[in-house]
Amino acid sequence: MNRAVTLLGPQRRPSLEPVVRDLDPHAPVATVTAGWLEREPDDAELREILGGRALNLGLHGRWLDVHERDREYAHAEREHDAALAELRGIYLGQLDHALLAAYAVGHERETRPRFSAAAFDDAIEVIRIVDQQHLARVRAAHRAFYDAWRPQERPVIAHHREEVRQLLGQAQAVVVAGGHVGELVRVLHLFHVEPHLPQVVIAWSAGAMALSERLVLFHDFVPHGVAQTEVFGEGLGVVRGLVPLPHMRRRLRVDDPVRMTVMARRFAPARCVVLDDGVRLFLTRDGQPPADARVLTDDGQITEAGAA
Amino acid sequence: MSVPATRSPTRRLAINRLRERKPLDAAAVDRFLARHEVPIVEGSRCTFLYRGEADHVSLAQRVEGLPELLPLRRLRGTDLWYLVLELPEGSRVNYQLEVRHGDHVERINDPLNEKLSYSPVGTSSVCFAHGYESPGWTMPNPDARPGELVDLTVRSKALRRDVPVTVYLPARFRRTASYPLLLVHDGPDFLQYAAAKTVLDNLIHSLDVAETVVAFLHPQDRLAEYANSTTHSRFLTSELVPKLEVEYPLVAKPSARCVMGSSFGAVASLSAAVRAPGTYGSLILMSGSFVFTDIGGDHGGGEVFDPVVKFVNKYRARPRHITDRLFMSCGVYEPLIVPNRSMVPTFESAGMTVRYVEARDGHNWENWRDRLRDALSWVYPGPQKFYYE
Repeated sequence: MNRAVTLLGPQRRPSLEPVVRDLDPHAPVATVTAGWLEREPDDAELREILGGRALNLGLHGRWLDVHERDREYAHAEREHDAALAELRGIYLGQLDHALLAAYAVGHERETRPRFSAAAFDDAIEVIRIVDQQHLARVRAAHRAFYDAWRPQERPVIAHHREEVRQLLGQAQAVVVAGGHVGELVRVLHLFHVEPHLPQVVIAWSAGAMALSERLVLFHDFVPHGVAQTEVFGEGLGVVRGLVPLPHMRRRLRVDDPVRMTVMARRFAPARCVVLDDGVRLFLTRDGQPPADARVLTDDGQITEAGAA
Repeated sequence: MSVPATRSPTRRLAINRLRERKPLDAAAVDRFLARHEVPIVEGSRCTFLYRGEADHVSLAQRVEGLPELLPLRRLRGTDLWYLVLELPEGSRVNYQLEVRHGDHVERINDPLNEKLSYSPVGTSSVCFAHGYESPGWTMPNPDARPGELVDLTVRSKALRRDVPVTVYLPARFRRTASYPLLLVHDGPDFLQYAAAKTVLDNLIHSLDVAETVVAFLHPQDRLAEYANSTTHSRFLTSELVPKLEVEYPLVAKPSARCVMGSSFGAVASLSAAVRAPGTYGSLILMSGSFVFTDIGGDHGGGEVFDPVVKFVNKYRARPRHITDRLFMSCGVYEPLIVPNRSMVPTFESAGMTVRYVEARDGHNWENWRDRLRDALSWVYPGPQKFYYE
């Protein structure tokens, strides 16, 4: 890794300002607010923090434009989404059983520890296999879609890609805001952002997740009951070996060590890193979180990375 | 019957304090009524009141487990009648007052209580017991972007009439997206009495429920059309759904088709699914009128229930897998609570996933309104898992 990457927690307690203070006051900073969907242009607050240097890439608007002007592609993308939704449905069915099995074994108290520990290892391995197979199938589906529809050769998309490339070429840094992580990653991939990212990358919440290798979705407190933590797809891979968890304490049952253990071991060797309000992580040159970053350990505890 | 009031060790009930007032005259009663909202809710005890000359006054309600008529007592030397009733926390009870003058008996909504509840058979007064609050998501929220209601007319060969249908399109509706479909029986009532549009706007805004296209159906003769009618089911499955799937960008798969109804509307929903197994991926059945008989023919529901009982009996004799997921709810104070509880294992025995929810409520639109979040967020969960602001 040769980019300077900073991951921030949710901006309810803004922590962006001190991070961008050291940037060149005259050079542009590209912004991505595509996760805000139709509110993408409502970025006055972000512009103010960036002091007139902001260049919003407008990726969501570009995607809408593609749908408007390239109906054939739009239709194909909808079909692709439907296929992905089917894959996800199958995966979630498998995952539900695999996770419940692991939680049941993990809570087992009446068997000899060596038996339950071995069974727990097996149960986690099953989850890892289910995750890996799903990710491989999603990857294959995306590859087939891109091979068939070749977005780089479609005039409307190619035009937008070129504009995005030029904007990123002028920028000293890029700031990726949070929002809908699925839609954010869609447009980051479609407009081929990763190869043209500048040297400084700052991202928060969904933006931080989008930079990672795997998108891990999680929310234990939805109104219809527990929603299982799932692997949704691939991110940009700018951040490697980390699973960013924004709003972790608000969204996960962190007081359940079995669930947290499953979570940590399921994604190992990648480390689950806490991105709660106010968190600011300057990743090291080799992409590791700083020693005071809070990470999830293999026994389901949250501790500083340096002590883990 | 007298319903004993439990004495609080710390504070006596307002009505008991009034009883000891001297002089206890009309002016004292005037002041008492001006000071209190009726029914007077003091912890778990609710005091119902009626003021006026009468030979007899009763509280008329249909709470399962209580006699239908509970007599009020007259406060000595006044024209004020009262009854103290203990109600569990979070209860909502619909009631009326039955006032007798000689041979003349009149059943009226409580003139001292402005709160009304709506049910398929009309309005009644409603008592909110301690702990009940209307959920915030049932109230208009200026931050929630409003969806749009579009009126359609669908020519139905099955029903031999033009059928009005009101279609809800979520905010940010786009022709280039794909949406799940929800069909709602008794559409106008769900819109008017269960605040369905407000609820949809709010639950979609809060990410609890997926952006959904909703078709609100307008019945003509609901007791006939909704009582296991072949023609109604044919209209739904062979006419309405195909038309909507042509006119709107719908996912057009069973998992993205749901039929909802309450009371007789739940029977119509179940009936449509039984007649087209595998067409609808989920059903929402609220306070379903699933009256049945295990032995004998006396179901106690009257003539209109005859086709329903025949249908439910037949289904219970041979339960079949007709959909994947069923959301069911019922108020514990409803006479229909036993049939609804009985249907849960029946549906489960056919391999369907059932989510069953009860509430301390009755057979009314507010009960069904208050269950909408549980129902819709389970059937079509919103994208909360995708949002990290």
